[in-house]
Amino acid sequence: MNGHGSISSLLPDRAIWIGADATDWRDAIRRAGDALTASGAVTDAYTDEMIATVESLGPYIVIAPGIALAHSRPSPAVHRSGLSLVLLSHPIEFGHRTNDPVRLVIGLAAPDDAGHVDALASLAEFLTDDARRESLLGARDAATVRSLIGEFESAAAAAEAPA
Amino acid sequence: MKILAVCGMGLGSGLILRMQAEKALKELGIQADLEVADIGTARALAPTADLILTSEELAQQLVGVKPRIVTIKNFIDLREMVTKLGDAIDRS
Repeated sequence: MNGHGSISSLLPDRAIWIGADATDWRDAIRRAGDALTASGAVTDAYTDEMIATVESLGPYIVIAPGIALAHSRPSPAVHRSGLSLVLLSHPIEFGHRTNDPVRLVIGLAAPDDAGHVDALASLAEFLTDDARRESLLGARDAATVRSLIGEFESAAAAAEAPA
Repeated sequence: MKILAVCGMGLGSGLILRMQAEKALKELGIQADLEVADIGTARALAPTADLILTSEELAQQLVGVKPRIVTIKNFIDLREMVTKLGDAIDRS
């Protein structure tokens, strides 16, 4: 599964940032927004929209221990569906009761409510496995992230292919 | 039975909740309809649901709705989903 709807198709190299420095949760979301902007999926304005989401609704985007899913709603600032993946050099507190501190910020942009669904489901599936998740959180460079995701998607495609 | 997965925008964490709930229901051998809603429309849709799935933060904004609210801490932990969903369905 490397075509439409895969993690890889929405996560170009420029959207992967390992060892990003952030001073607080806003800054951490900004890094994920910068990576989405670098990949061409969004304009800068989307970063502010992602921060505003947490300001109005709280740190519910910290969906699992150490992992934040930064996103906002479809808007003119979103050019196309995109993901970004930012590993922070130092863990950051988002104010979440059980899942702080955050080490991985995933940025998500969606121009509608459909185009990103398969990739997001696939990414969630990737993260459910303890060993895969720990390997990702310990990645030292983008190439490692790329190969972890590539291996996962190849295995998933092989499992789906007819014998 | 109808389950409403509620998140802030209706397209991020709610989708992950729905996906995990589908797996959990399969494991529990329970049939249910799953729908995703954002927090803005969740209150209006709540009367149509038997159960609501959401995070602890967003549950605070749904106080007073009729269906039982199941709060999930770790959205990628299938064990938490299976246990909490199973308990809530047993009691409803």
